[in-house]
Amino acid sequence: MTFINYASREINCKIVYYGPGLCGKTTNIQWIHEQANPEKRGKLVSLATETDRTLFFDFLPLDMGTVKGFKVRFHLYTVPGQVFYDASRKLILRGCDGVIFVADSQRPRMEANIEAIANLATNLKDNGFDIRTIPYVLQLNKRDMPTAEKVDEMERLLRFRNEPMIEGVASQGVGVIETLKACARQILMELQRS
Amino acid sequence: MSKLDLVMFEEEFKQLQDIIGRLQKDASAKVVFLVDKNGQQIASAGEVQSIDATSLASLTAGNVAATDGLAKLIGEKEFSLLFHEGEKDNLHISIVGKRGILVVIFDQGSSLALVRLRVKKASRELQEIFERVETRANEESGPGTKFESPFSEITDDDIDKLFGD
Ligand SMILES: Nc1nc2c(ncn2[C@@H]2O[C@H](COP(=O)(O)OP(=O)(O)O)[C@@H](O)[C@H]2O)c(=O)[nH]1
Ligand SMILES: [Mg+2]
Repeated sequence: MTFINYASREINCKIVYYGPGLCGKTTNIQWIHEQANPEKRGKLVSLATETDRTLFFDFLPLDMGTVKGFKVRFHLYTVPGQVFYDASRKLILRGCDGVIFVADSQRPRMEANIEAIANLATNLKDNGFDIRTIPYVLQLNKRDMPTAEKVDEMERLLRFRNEPMIEGVASQGVGVIETLKACARQILMELQRS
Repeated sequence: MSKLDLVMFEEEFKQLQDIIGRLQKDASAKVVFLVDKNGQQIASAGEVQSIDATSLASLTAGNVAATDGLAKLIGEKEFSLLFHEGEKDNLHISIVGKRGILVVIFDQGSSLALVRLRVKKASRELQEIFERVETRANEESGPGTKFESPFSEITDDDIDKLFGD
């Protein structure tokens, strides 16, 4: 749900990073947090367990600058990846404007990637969204791993609607901003069609 | 724009701001926030500088969402009120209409009873405004709408600029 405030001339957009456990969702937004101009970023809030696994969500507010005289602010969320946190994942998708699916390139994780996309489709539907039409980006993360699956094969298994597909190494910041930008572009273009 | 988009105009925003400001004074509260159920701050009043409002909004929405989930699990529609008691400061969280959350922070300078009373009145007023916003949104999403979006000509350049290149 884009919140457009004509009084303060602000647009707020909610973007959710989705994907299987340990694929690199938190790493993506940590990188964005480290790179962002301290004046433009808010505090990174992480509701995590003692072992650094996301418990409920990570949250990062980002002030991006202006479009057509409106201040654009992104609210980035990550979901907990573990299967048993499904109820929390569903809640976090509430009112989202766009989804970034972070896939783990390691070959043994393909099954988990596929399951997570199916789970995303269900949870979006329960929130009144359609995975085929919502602004959506596929990031192939951990391209640096020796066991990384071929890009072609990942595309065949995971890409389903001609969405932007971006190769990343989130721990080194590769592809992170590009991914966010691809999602932001779709969300803002969507506003035109209102 | 999806049917869920919230578009708020100057006049409505001012009315919300007035109600929040009055509530903060009448309830002798330190701070009052009006937050959207999706975690975005709508309006605030009081000693707002002392608090990270954006994190507060997001965490409050997360809290309410989690509590909603709990309610459904035990067969309730929702819990309309959450109260957190601290050593000094207390947090009073209540649901307004379908999409609003009212957060009141107060200390021993006020009381739960007073806050409750004032929140009740403010909630009714806020709800009326929310309903008006929604009715208008529904009318405008129909055919032959007069509402002209300022974002009708966003270009790739605009988006590149946002990302500083
Ligand atoms: N080699 C490698 N490791 C990564 C990459 N991205 C994330 N990681 C590591 O993978 C682990 C899990 O990442 P995290 O962001 O917590 O995953 P999340 O469960 O999706 O939030 C951490 O140890 C990260 O440092 C990557 O691109 N390459
Ligand atoms: Mg995480």
